[in-house]
Amino acid sequence: MNSSMDLSVVLAGPHHTLRLKNPVMTASGTFGYGAEFAPYGDLTQLGGIVVKGLSLQPREGNPCPRIAETTGGMLNAVGLQNDGVETFCKRKLPHLPWRELPVVANLYATSPEEFGDLAARLDEEEGIAALEVNVSCPNVKEGGILFGQDPDLAAAVTRAVRDKAPRKPVIVKLSPNVTDITRMAKAVEAAGADMISCINTLSGMAVDVATRRPRLANVIGGLSGPAIKPVALRCVWQTARAVSIPVIGIGGIVSAEDVLEFILVGAHAVQIGTGNFLSPDCAFSIVSELPAACARLGVSSLEELRGSLRLKD
Amino acid sequence: MSTPPSSSLLTVLDLVPFGQTGGESRYFALRISRPDWENWRPGQFVMLRPLSFGLEMPWARPFGICHMTTRHMICFFQVVGRGTRRMAELKAGDKIRVWGPLGNGFAVEPETPTLLLAGGMGIVPFVGYVARHPNPWNVSMLFGHRDPLSCYPVDSINEHVTLDTLQETVPGDLDNFIYTLQERIREYAEQKGLVLACGPLPFLKTVRSLALQYGARTQLSLENRMACGVGACLGCVTRTTKEWPVSEKREGLVQVCNHGPVFWAEQIEL
Repeated sequence: MNSSMDLSVVLAGPHHTLRLKNPVMTASGTFGYGAEFAPYGDLTQLGGIVVKGLSLQPREGNPCPRIAETTGGMLNAVGLQNDGVETFCKRKLPHLPWRELPVVANLYATSPEEFGDLAARLDEEEGIAALEVNVSCPNVKEGGILFGQDPDLAAAVTRAVRDKAPRKPVIVKLSPNVTDITRMAKAVEAAGADMISCINTLSGMAVDVATRRPRLANVIGGLSGPAIKPVALRCVWQTARAVSIPVIGIGGIVSAEDVLEFILVGAHAVQIGTGNFLSPDCAFSIVSELPAACARLGVSSLEELRGSLRLKD
Repeated sequence: MSTPPSSSLLTVLDLVPFGQTGGESRYFALRISRPDWENWRPGQFVMLRPLSFGLEMPWARPFGICHMTTRHMICFFQVVGRGTRRMAELKAGDKIRVWGPLGNGFAVEPETPTLLLAGGMGIVPFVGYVARHPNPWNVSMLFGHRDPLSCYPVDSINEHVTLDTLQETVPGDLDNFIYTLQERIREYAEQKGLVLACGPLPFLKTVRSLALQYGARTQLSLENRMACGVGACLGCVTRTTKEWPVSEKREGLVQVCNHGPVFWAEQIEL
């Protein structure tokens, strides 16, 4: 029913616009390079794919155990293991259906200069639709969360990427591990971000009482999954009201209903992360269930719904 | 050649406790409706997530495929944590999200004398292995275990191949088991046989070092914590040696789920 409903979204930033056939993207670090999930659904039906975080040089990441299941969620301290941007561009990107759907690169670096170099390299790639700047990874010793907690540093990183990747929309991914996310949002907006995605994981830990050991070798990791959805909604709500650029909501989304919650608080699009682990066809199912979920609310487009949270009777 | 994995919602047919001795059983054979895969290889695994996990436990759990018939698939598990504790409550008719078959599976060389080494729950993938081996008379098995033999699916092994078992009840038994492992691995190395091992990490480390010492062609099946089973979460990585076939991954990290779970002993560190 209503499968012909137009779910397309336009994320219009001050410099560039990102057009998606529907608002359902997959979140960085949870969907590999796309191909891993190809057996479970048609990748081209998704709104977009954000690939695993890339750095200039290959990174080994953190020691194992680097993931742990917690109630309603999971912790990870993978530490941005990746083969580096060159290997990605040569070996992975050509296998992604980038002509059919936007493939977004997620960038991680340890200084604004390095972010700029990485952005410049990806700016050359026709197959990359946008850059998502990770100023918020809690799982690496250097950089990461530092950029995500200091508005000036986050702005410097945003500017470096904006300047070096003039052809691509720039998405800045914000951390919830701050006192006031709107300060960060305004800072990156002023520095030239086209859009904001939030939230990255919440800093957390878990303990095995029997062995008296932390469940992650890194001790601290990032919490994701349904457990963090209320925090994510609150952050998206605050951010969408504080800035005029589009916001992509991330955090604990596992159903079409969850997507609509994020749209209601002002998100233009969403990313599915830990949901991909509940079932490898999670993102595909959400796309197919979205028209019916909209129909149940009596809306014929997401535009009608966006930011329409009722605050008064 | 290899069957592409798929995801489906399957039905529990029954859950049979093993080794019940009055107390609560910790070992179960879980029989579920057959997924619609064309084929599978012994040593491959599936990710299982009962709908009863709800949102409380977001992860599926990886299980080696014990056996498959035209009608059903059997997974065998031991209760070790909250996920398997919840699985021990499954009843006929319950629904489980299943994706697979995942991973590579064990080598099958019909004409080569093949020694199966299993430690504890490591016996599980060999049930399917011996049932599907074209020349079972070329296969024999050594099984080390701690709980009584009735806790494990040994009958389905016995039907097909010669099975030697050693139970560890007192500390000296372990030395005896390791000595036996050493003798058997040396014997198979001499006759250019194939050795396949599955079991807990200390057991696999012992097998690996003996295999390298005697030059026995040996595959090890690893287990690891996994969130996705398809190579995306990077939770299950293991370190390769300079023998790894792909140059850029030599002495690097590879996922156990989609590069294994079966590895040649000399190609990985343990």
